Amino acid sequence: MIIYGVGILAFCYVVGQIFGEFIGKLIGVDANVGGVGFAMILLILINDWLKKKNYLDTSTEKGILFWSQMYIPIVVAMSATQNVKVAVSSGFMAILAGIVPVLICIAVIPFLAKISKSSQID
Amino acid sequence: MEIISKFLEKNGIVFTFLVVSLIIYCSELISVKATNKKIPGSAIAIIFGLLMAYFGGVATGGEKGIADIKIFSGFGVLGGSMFRDFAITSTAMGASFIVIKRTGLAGVLSLFLGIVLSFIGGVVVALFWGYHDAISLTTIGAGACTYIVGPVTGAAIGASSDVMALSIAAGVIKAVFVTIGTPFIAKYIGLNNPHTAMVYGGLMGTTSGVSAGLAATDPKLVPYGALTATFYTGLGCLFCPSLLFILMKFVFAD
Repeated sequence: MIIYGVGILAFCYVVGQIFGEFIGKLIGVDANVGGVGFAMILLILINDWLKKKNYLDTSTEKGILFWSQMYIPIVVAMSATQNVKVAVSSGFMAILAGIVPVLICIAVIPFLAKISKSSQID
Repeated sequence: MEIISKFLEKNGIVFTFLVVSLIIYCSELISVKATNKKIPGSAIAIIFGLLMAYFGGVATGGEKGIADIKIFSGFGVLGGSMFRDFAITSTAMGASFIVIKRTGLAGVLSLFLGIVLSFIGGVVVALFWGYHDAISLTTIGAGACTYIVGPVTGAAIGASSDVMALSIAAGVIKAVFVTIGTPFIAKYIGLNNPHTAMVYGGLMGTTSGVSAGLAATDPKLVPYGALTATFYTGLGCLFCPSLLFILMKFVFAD
């Protein structure tokens, strides 16, 4: 049933996010540290396990896939709620302070990509 | 008229489904007919969204883009962090754990480099604009990480409210710039595989920017970029008001 898929996804989300909140508390930060990341890893592991046990039928899977298909519409809604006015009217300094870091980071991508590829071989 | 607007307010999220589906339909049409699929439909839809956000901000003076207009308040729910994170989590279904494990080290490295380099970038720009005190420089540098790290850091170290506003603005601009820029620079930086996507997510760090930018580039890359980016804001909130602020105080002692 579709709701089982949605339930599995919700389980991963809740567990991962709470874990992220606790890690934030643990290191003394007022933010969620990697909650979504933990949720994603949990989903990958549970998905793997269910597949091996043959517990996963297509309609259960559809409950999860529906949300990944809804991802782009959600992103469109998200961009429609950004504070774009501030971004446009905040003056030249804020614009540079937003763009310069991106350009610096782009410059080190080839270097990091090399590391990730060399660790692939072994 | 009032009946309709009241109804739309009450049924905000369903109305949002309708509006977003129309936006995506029109964007696909434009993508095929006007650009010969050179610019992906999702990229056009996201830019549409940003334009709506600008319009909403100008019309209401609020901070939540189109969601500040009452009949579009459902955008705030569908586009809020709960649904966004829920949908990002679901994209992990298509991700390969082996790839994630292999890129792990580079991903972690990219997070630390991303925070430090963004911070330095923001600080250098602030220096050029005449800021010389450690608190303002740190807050603006933190804003150059993400628009959450900026105010969290500023509040922790006692920055003035105008510097805080500046740091939020810098973070928002970064998010918008990454959103729009990613599909266009992807070709030049080899952003066409999961490994580079993970590194990219860690370096840029803005979850909204990275997830929207990758969605417009290649939806298959989203889980990898999002996975690393989701650690960035938390780590930024950890390092900016502590280690990086102490270093700044050391360098710019007065």
